[in-house]
Amino acid sequence: MSKSAFSRRGVLKSGALAGTGLALPTIFTASSAAAFTNDPTGSSVTLGFNVPQTGPYADEGADELRAYQLAVEHLNGGGDGGMMNTFSSKELQGNGILGKKVEFVTGDTQTKSDAARASAKSMIEKDGAVMITGGSSSGVAIAVQGLCQEAGVIFMAGLTHSNDTTGKDKKANGFRHFFNGYMSGAALAPVLKNLYGTDRNAYHLTADYTWGWTQEESIAAATEALGWNTVNKVRTPLAATDFSSYIAPVLNSGADVLVLNHYGGNMVNSLTNAVQFGLREKVVNGKNFEIVVPLYSRLMAKGAGANVKGIHGSTNWHWSLQDEGSQAFVRSFGTKYGFPPSQAAHTVYCQTLLYADAVQRAGSFNPCAVVEALEDYEFDGLGNGKTLYRGEDHQCFKDVLVVRGKENPTSEFDLLEVVEVTPAAQVTYPADHPMFAGGALGSCNSGA
Amino acid sequence: MDAILLQILNGLDKGSAYALIALGLTLIFGTLGVVNFAHGALFMIGAFCAVTVQRLLSLSYEVVDESQKDFLGNPLKVKTPYVESWFGPEMGGAIIDWAVPIAILFAIPIMVCVGYVMERGLIKHFYKREHADQILVTFGLAIVLQEVIKYFYGANPIQTPSPEALSGVANVGALLGMDIVYPVWRIVYFFFSVVIIGAIFSFLQFTTFGMVVRAGMADRETVGLLGINIDRRFTIMFGIAAAVAGLAGVMYTPINSPNYHMGMDFLVLSFVVVVVGGMGSLPGAVLAGFLLGILESFASMNEIKSIIPGIDQIIIYVVAIIILLTRPRGLMGRKGVMEE
Repeated sequence: MSKSAFSRRGVLKSGALAGTGLALPTIFTASSAAAFTNDPTGSSVTLGFNVPQTGPYADEGADELRAYQLAVEHLNGGGDGGMMNTFSSKELQGNGILGKKVEFVTGDTQTKSDAARASAKSMIEKDGAVMITGGSSSGVAIAVQGLCQEAGVIFMAGLTHSNDTTGKDKKANGFRHFFNGYMSGAALAPVLKNLYGTDRNAYHLTADYTWGWTQEESIAAATEALGWNTVNKVRTPLAATDFSSYIAPVLNSGADVLVLNHYGGNMVNSLTNAVQFGLREKVVNGKNFEIVVPLYSRLMAKGAGANVKGIHGSTNWHWSLQDEGSQAFVRSFGTKYGFPPSQAAHTVYCQTLLYADAVQRAGSFNPCAVVEALEDYEFDGLGNGKTLYRGEDHQCFKDVLVVRGKENPTSEFDLLEVVEVTPAAQVTYPADHPMFAGGALGSCNSGA
Repeated sequence: MDAILLQILNGLDKGSAYALIALGLTLIFGTLGVVNFAHGALFMIGAFCAVTVQRLLSLSYEVVDESQKDFLGNPLKVKTPYVESWFGPEMGGAIIDWAVPIAILFAIPIMVCVGYVMERGLIKHFYKREHADQILVTFGLAIVLQEVIKYFYGANPIQTPSPEALSGVANVGALLGMDIVYPVWRIVYFFFSVVIIGAIFSFLQFTTFGMVVRAGMADRETVGLLGINIDRRFTIMFGIAAAVAGLAGVMYTPINSPNYHMGMDFLVLSFVVVVVGGMGSLPGAVLAGFLLGILESFASMNEIKSIIPGIDQIIIYVVAIIILLTRPRGLMGRKGVMEE
């Protein structure tokens, strides 16, 4: 009978050590093996597209995914090249990024911060994604941006409109192309002044989370600067579906303008309820009652149907823009999918090209090199006119659109019309503006 | 005073939906003893019956209009609904406009069939299982149903307006010399729910079928021993309960644009309504539905929220806790129900 060289205690010790090693997340150990997290050493590079594939924003997420796939196709030399042809930078040649073929993985944010972080983490650790992008919610964007900062990868935000994303929660590894609540207020205020005058009483209904709070603050500040009085600011639960009990008090409040700081299903339902209660036919203080939806989305406007007619708001981009870049993107997207792209699709397509271009200009996938290439970078040809990625907060400054629900749409996509293109200078604010105070950009993290 | 009356109206209107869903839940629990977490999904399927009818009535053929361009610069394909070409623009337009009321006729047989298939195909296998098993299987079924709806109809809300003649507001305060306006369709919804609730109670109270069902709810075994096929009648009641939830969903579509998860939004609240009203008590479910609807509306008033911030989000659960502590069987619960 032979005696084994392995004792029970020894096996347990070795197992425990090996287990600890395996269990240690690679997210924290990548630096020991490479110069930065997920350095692509093969012939391809992987991007992580983190969008809502389930949940209430799934349709918006699906449109984002379409745009990402189109961007990857263009980067790899397929299709008609889309906005790569109109982009002011000519670094991208249709041969991938730095000669590496672009591949992608997708994650489902479910529009929940924890789920979004988990899917982003999985794409970084298991799939080797060198950049994460996407999303349709500020809560998600802020959560994923924080994770990417810790992990040492770049985060190119999707649809996020809260001031906090590039305000108190800004991060060096995160970049936002989309506009924000402050910019909506700055763009809308002059239009509202021309339409409704300076003597108005506004009543705010606000979704009770980071985006709603900062938009309410921004719009109230912008309208109060016009001379408007803010009658009340009422917070509504994010999960609310029937807003009738919040709309009813508006009727006798003395307000003559209702500002709906709602997005998605909240916006569809609150606007529908407001119209049901006859607010649009109401006359208060000798003036017609008006409704304002500061953040518009074509996909959401469709859900509200005829109720959006004549109602003003702002948007990041619209397919009816006639500039060369927008037309190229609409042609490319429309030919491939059969309908025009949404603002969410435009944003994520731009973010993908901007990331690829920054890597190309930097000559490296190293996040710190990419950050340096994107900071204070000025470009044109991506549909919003001349645009600056400001270095101090990683916020894009570009023209903002004021739109109105169209009275006589010619198709199911023709729901909004652009009434004014507000120049970037009018929506630009100093980096130390009080609405963006708190937090620090910090320094870039490459994971090294 | 105006504000208080407005919130009472609002509460009655909210309570209508709660009462209708809770009534169906109680019918199923009272007859079959099943805790049906898929009941919210039945409400949602009813709403999508309205969406389907609207889409069927709006089916169109396309004519190329060279004078207009689409988003790609190609000649625009103008859509004309078939009903407008068959019945003329005015009559055809009116038919499409009345899609939601028309959907009631479509929804009743569909919902009865859905209820029948659900009960015979799945739920009957769980009659003798624990309530926890019933909850798990019906909750799972609800998720499957909502994902199926999402697959076919997408995740965004779909606008399903009320007929033009029933949109707008009515001055309900005129009789009292006050200026209180309220949406006409919401008033229609309230009276519709009163009619449905009245019809269900009359059916159970004044028909032989209803008498047998009530007897079965009280003592299933004895009714069975009398040679009556009580299971068959209970299956029919499941179908009726599904139809009630479905009709509540159809009529709700103009109030809020339907989406695939609207059933889940109502499900938890409706269960609280059933528990507060008393498990198995039909009048309790209706009473609790309206009561909690009114309380929820009052809790949303700014005056109340300024005293207790956030009360609008928890009022229903606070009331449920208070009632269960003081009356463990709920407002009108019977002894012995769910107490074994």
